[in-house]
Amino acid sequence: MQAVSKRYGGVHALQRAELTVEAGRIHAVLGENGAGKSTLIKIMAGVVAPDEGRMLLDGQPVTFASPAAANAAGIVCIFQELSLIPDLSVADNIAISNPPRRFALIDRKAQRRMAEEALARAGAEDIHPMALVKDLSLSRRQMVEIAKALGRRPRILILDEATSALTAADVTKIYAVLKRLRAEGLALVYISHRMHEITELADECTVFCNGRSVASYAAGTKSDNEVVELMIGREYSGVFPAKPQRVASTSPPRLELRRLGWTDRLHDISLQLRAGEVVGLGGLDGQGQRELLLALFGVLRGTTGELLVDGRPVTLSGPHAAKQAAIGMALIPEDRKTEGLMLPMSVGDNLGFAALGRLSRWGIVDRAAERAAVDRIVRLLAVRCDGSGVPAGSLSGGNQQKLVIGKWLMMAPRIILLNDPTRGIDVGTKQEIYQLLRRLADEGAAILFYSTDYDELVGCCDRVLVMLEGAIHRELVGAEITERALISSALNIGAEAVA
Amino acid sequence: MTDDWRYRLREHKATLLAFAAFVVMFTIYAANHPAGLNANVATTAANKGVLLAIVAMAQTLVVLTAGIDLSVGMVLVLANCLASAIVVGSPLMTALGVLGVLATGALCGAINGLIVIYGRLQPIVTTIATGAMFYGAALALRRVPGGDVNSGLADALTGQLPGGVPASLALLLGLVLIIWLPFRRSAIGRAAYAVGSSEVAAYMSGVPIRRAKFLAYLLSGLLASVAGLFVTFITYSGEASAANGSTYTLYSIAAVVLGGVSLFGGSGSAVGAIFGALMFRTIGDLLFVFNLEPLWQPLFQGLVLFAAICLGSARLLRVRNRLDLYA
Repeated sequence: MQAVSKRYGGVHALQRAELTVEAGRIHAVLGENGAGKSTLIKIMAGVVAPDEGRMLLDGQPVTFASPAAANAAGIVCIFQELSLIPDLSVADNIAISNPPRRFALIDRKAQRRMAEEALARAGAEDIHPMALVKDLSLSRRQMVEIAKALGRRPRILILDEATSALTAADVTKIYAVLKRLRAEGLALVYISHRMHEITELADECTVFCNGRSVASYAAGTKSDNEVVELMIGREYSGVFPAKPQRVASTSPPRLELRRLGWTDRLHDISLQLRAGEVVGLGGLDGQGQRELLLALFGVLRGTTGELLVDGRPVTLSGPHAAKQAAIGMALIPEDRKTEGLMLPMSVGDNLGFAALGRLSRWGIVDRAAERAAVDRIVRLLAVRCDGSGVPAGSLSGGNQQKLVIGKWLMMAPRIILLNDPTRGIDVGTKQEIYQLLRRLADEGAAILFYSTDYDELVGCCDRVLVMLEGAIHRELVGAEITERALISSALNIGAEAVA
Repeated sequence: MTDDWRYRLREHKATLLAFAAFVVMFTIYAANHPAGLNANVATTAANKGVLLAIVAMAQTLVVLTAGIDLSVGMVLVLANCLASAIVVGSPLMTALGVLGVLATGALCGAINGLIVIYGRLQPIVTTIATGAMFYGAALALRRVPGGDVNSGLADALTGQLPGGVPASLALLLGLVLIIWLPFRRSAIGRAAYAVGSSEVAAYMSGVPIRRAKFLAYLLSGLLASVAGLFVTFITYSGEASAANGSTYTLYSIAAVVLGGVSLFGGSGSAVGAIFGALMFRTIGDLLFVFNLEPLWQPLFQGLVLFAAICLGSARLLRVRNRLDLYA
């Protein structure tokens, strides 16, 4: 890959990135959330096309119009559980891209043999080839995904966090498989956040930061400390409001969670949220942060543990219960297009939804009160639009996100949960949102703020809870919150190793 | 391996359930029929059942891709009107006429497929619109009911084979062997299942999504026109009846659901849908042999359909994340 760039809207996902992978080697790609790793492999796998730069395969320039084209060239990518078809059997899935045929029909016996062989190569003989994928557990599906990739006889195999869902026994098997493939002369690109895996497997490493490939080196030539240093090195993208002095409070916390658990995704989470506080949720993407916010908002069924609001135990049956005045909880969701806004409806209607109960009398919406409340929020948040009658979908991403926040401000929330609210919006709007969060906290709201942007957590939060594998791994307070501390605790590198 | 049969059973569970339910219903019907199960009773029942079964097969192909075809009934009506005009005369003329009707049905299906694939419109609105157009064409062909059909061919297909077996059942079997089984066993048919189950995963796996969808719609139109031909053979005439078209469309969806084909796409079999259709028809006949007034028929058909949907939705009770309820 030479000087490859990709932009999404105004955001540079990749800027002149370089990556060279040799046959018979395992090449690890490292970088924090949003550093450009996923975009890079999507380009290699033919899922997205680069804006600039070129890709050379055996010295020849290549372009892939689709994943099928990349496969044909011998590049196979294992995404995290994305490419299996739930209603088909394991054998059907393994053979999906090119099933063995006799007289134009699929030869089931040959397909069965092919599947058994691929499963054996992946060390997953325990999976029955006729089982339906949707009946398998997550770790078994991941093994099928690996077997499927091997069944295509790739020359370059890309693994994106392929071990994150696996059991320890499977991981050991996969290590052996990968080392055997390396010996067979395949080129392997290995993306992982687990430093010990990289130490164990990689021959070379490339670090990504802010869409650039910042360093390539032979494995073992840099300490963990130096690697973290490389992963940070980015300029500040926002200006943050000053944090107030923390004062000890004797009143019960606004929200307290005791020993929350949910299926195998959340374990034993206890936390306290006080009025006036902005608490961050950190860690790598997908460590249970979203589930924690959904659990607080009453969306998940079958949670264990206790939730207390103002010191009183409560059970929330869903968002409707959570937003009642006594609780006053709001969740700003991550996907504003599907969970946050009704895009075809007007700005005013969207802002009104969450607070309709408060603006109505005997079930009839008081239009004048609604109009006044909407105008107040539009001014407060400086939403740039041609009046509150235009469809929400016509606004820019940043202004849409303001609407999502504004919608919940209409009901004067006392507890605000935010799920990565600044993803994909411009710097100016980000800053306005940071100011707003601090002002809301000063006015007495308790804020829990999940962000994949470490910068933001450092700049905005009074405390940060770092999550790892569905549990709170570490709590950072005040001056402890540094990008270095966030990254090393997210990667579970001992604090002493970094200090 | 010894536990292969367990997985086979799991794979065909829905189809086997539909088959069992039909056998139970039909046994009760035959046992209580005043004339017993003679060849004539069987033939009349088979002709009605096969007609719906063919339309249900057509619907299944599209539903498997997570689409829906609300124009099947109108393609049937159009094929009926066309057949009543051109499937006449000498054996050669008749054969050409049949081919013409089938080609028209396939063309209707192809139009649906192209609009859904390249126009990226939702199947539900696309097929409502094209269905209305197909009906318009039918009306232009037959302003008033009438026409004729080659009665030799009609009687052969709606009558009995030597030994008293209804000829329509043989026709149905032939369609399963010529159209359904090759589809089910081919790579392109597998692709249709994959698209219905998870279009993103199918794309990521390099599956030919467009070809699979196109073939599903094309075959759906073709099968609907076979049903239209069969209507002509039963009635010896053509009628541009909007009510008939709508009824067949709705019943085909009912039959698909009863046959265990998932409306979310990706799972089920046309064989299941065939038994779903036969079951649906038998409900009406059951009420007849027990001397209940015909007005109870829609009510009972509705109840059976409702029970089938409840069975299919049982999984929702196990959902742990409420957001999955809306997915």
